[in-house]
Amino acid sequence: MTSAHTTRRAPALPRASAARRGSAFLTAHPRVRLGLLLAAPLFWLVVVYIVALVLLLVTAFWTVDSFTGEIRIDWTLDNIVTVLTGALYQTVTLRTVGVAAAVTVIDVLLALPIAFFMAKVAGPRLQRILVIAVLMPLWASYLVKAYAWRSVLSQDGILEWLLAPLGLHTPGYGLTATIITLSYLWLPYVILPIYAGLERVPDSLLEASSDLGGRTWRTMRSVVLPLAFPAIVAGTIFSFSLSLGDYITVNIVGGASQMLGNLVYTNVGAANNLPLAAAIALIPIVIIFGYLALVRRTGALDNL
Amino acid sequence: MTAQPAIRLSGLTKEFASVTAVDHVDLEIAEGEFFSMLGPSGSGKTTVLRLIAGFEQPTGGTIELFGADVTRTPPFDRPVNTVFQDYALFPHMSVLDNVAYGLRVRGVGRAERRERAMRALAAVRLDGFADRKPAQLSGGQRQRVALARATVVEPKALLLDEPLGALDLKLREQMQVELKQLQRELGITFIFVTHDQEEALTLSDRVAVFHDGRIEQLGTPRELYENPASHFVADFVGTTNLFGPDHARTVLGREGEFSIRPEKLTLAAAPSAAGGERSAAGTVVDSIYLGSGLRHIVDLDDGPRISVLERNDRSRTVDPGRGDRVHVTWHDEDVVALIPPGA
Repeated sequence: MTSAHTTRRAPALPRASAARRGSAFLTAHPRVRLGLLLAAPLFWLVVVYIVALVLLLVTAFWTVDSFTGEIRIDWTLDNIVTVLTGALYQTVTLRTVGVAAAVTVIDVLLALPIAFFMAKVAGPRLQRILVIAVLMPLWASYLVKAYAWRSVLSQDGILEWLLAPLGLHTPGYGLTATIITLSYLWLPYVILPIYAGLERVPDSLLEASSDLGGRTWRTMRSVVLPLAFPAIVAGTIFSFSLSLGDYITVNIVGGASQMLGNLVYTNVGAANNLPLAAAIALIPIVIIFGYLALVRRTGALDNL
Repeated sequence: MTAQPAIRLSGLTKEFASVTAVDHVDLEIAEGEFFSMLGPSGSGKTTVLRLIAGFEQPTGGTIELFGADVTRTPPFDRPVNTVFQDYALFPHMSVLDNVAYGLRVRGVGRAERRERAMRALAAVRLDGFADRKPAQLSGGQRQRVALARATVVEPKALLLDEPLGALDLKLREQMQVELKQLQRELGITFIFVTHDQEEALTLSDRVAVFHDGRIEQLGTPRELYENPASHFVADFVGTTNLFGPDHARTVLGREGEFSIRPEKLTLAAAPSAAGGERSAAGTVVDSIYLGSGLRHIVDLDDGPRISVLERNDRSRTVDPGRGDRVHVTWHDEDVVALIPPGA
């Protein structure tokens, strides 16, 4: 009973513990608060990410001692020149860009109707199921999925079995197989941003277009596609850049074909020429920057 | 009125998964009429509008526009246009392109398109804003662009889905006047959906009051206000004093359910002796000064708590304060009998 009395006499304010004093200090010092909040991500971004990238960039201008095989800090443009002028590098670059472009086009063509159905046609329940279905492949290992495609595409695989009655055959291992497998791997990354973008387009806009006399195709072309364009671009950045850097899929289903990633890999490993590998790695970076600059000029990123 | 109605709904029904949003609605709307569909949210009024526009497919019944059955016709082939609640302006197009969209879709040439769109914009006094994007306009301006966009294609009827809902009071009143003017100029049928009873009464030739997917009462604003058919209409359209069966017996001396509007009641120091008039004694709970009038809240001795609206002029005989004893007086003709629910 006495305790009830004391509670009544000394209400509300709890005792000042160390945690409360700490909170009070942080409330009064917003800069310290901000510093604590950003310390870890900034460390990650600056040290791990930017420094590593800059080191890569710098390495491309160094040389390898041809006797000892060690990296020497002799500044040179040789690696860059080799990469730019060598027939091998030009061919592989073109091939890689071609594969990435094909994968991107296929993925966008597949993702658009799926994302549109998810965002605008399906009911809320089906919508949730479809989002999970799209995400599900991401739970499985990349390698497992690539090897699954290797088995699907093999000469006695399920694709051959399915196509044989139609007089068709599996493409076998090669560039086509690489494009198919990469399209499969990156499809969720293209569907999700387009789906999110279409979700943000109010249904009333589609109704307004239809109300004003726009048939389905006109509404798609004049209203849906322009409004979804930034989201489509976001999706293509994923599929394009992920394809540019890939070397595992092409190893597994690509037969003898090589992509830029394979050249980097062999130069780091077998050839032990890190500076040349760095120079090759710069190619996709430059291409992606070029692509982003191109996209920027269309004004697609203004509304992001 | 012409013999053939602009819009005829017969047995129109719309069921969503578990709810019947529209329940066997029959309705005829004349050409050139300003018709309002009034009701609280969830009463089915917006669904009826969307069914007329073609955005929803009915589960039963038919929709006729100007004599033609359009029940299964897609929105783009119906001769009606909609002004959306959120305006639904295309954010990636300029104001001019928004207004010209319907013309572009119909294959109207570039020059004519521009000219007609500019004329429509001038009609809503926005010709100076043709090159802006919708995001650069205020709410009232967007509303007018939406009007111009829907009317430039010369629809036979204009459907308006709570078009003034997002505007502030001052702008709302101004837009009400403009809407009415526009309707007179165009001479076409306006179907106006609103939950604001005052708006519906001010603007409309006729009003349908919706409740639970049905039309509870259909009539001119005057009919609805003076002779509400049901408890729901009396309560929803304007404010009123309702007398249930018990209070009707004790206060009015009648059997049934009744409504008396606050402005039909007066306060007096003594019971009225005039012919046709009746009085009931009560205690003033509160008096609220409204500027143009006064609202008194009175607890009747034998009845409910009621509201009395007096004009702020010399006709008032008493100036009561809280706790004062008064006699609330009314004329028998102002007592409206209501059809009990379910009858």
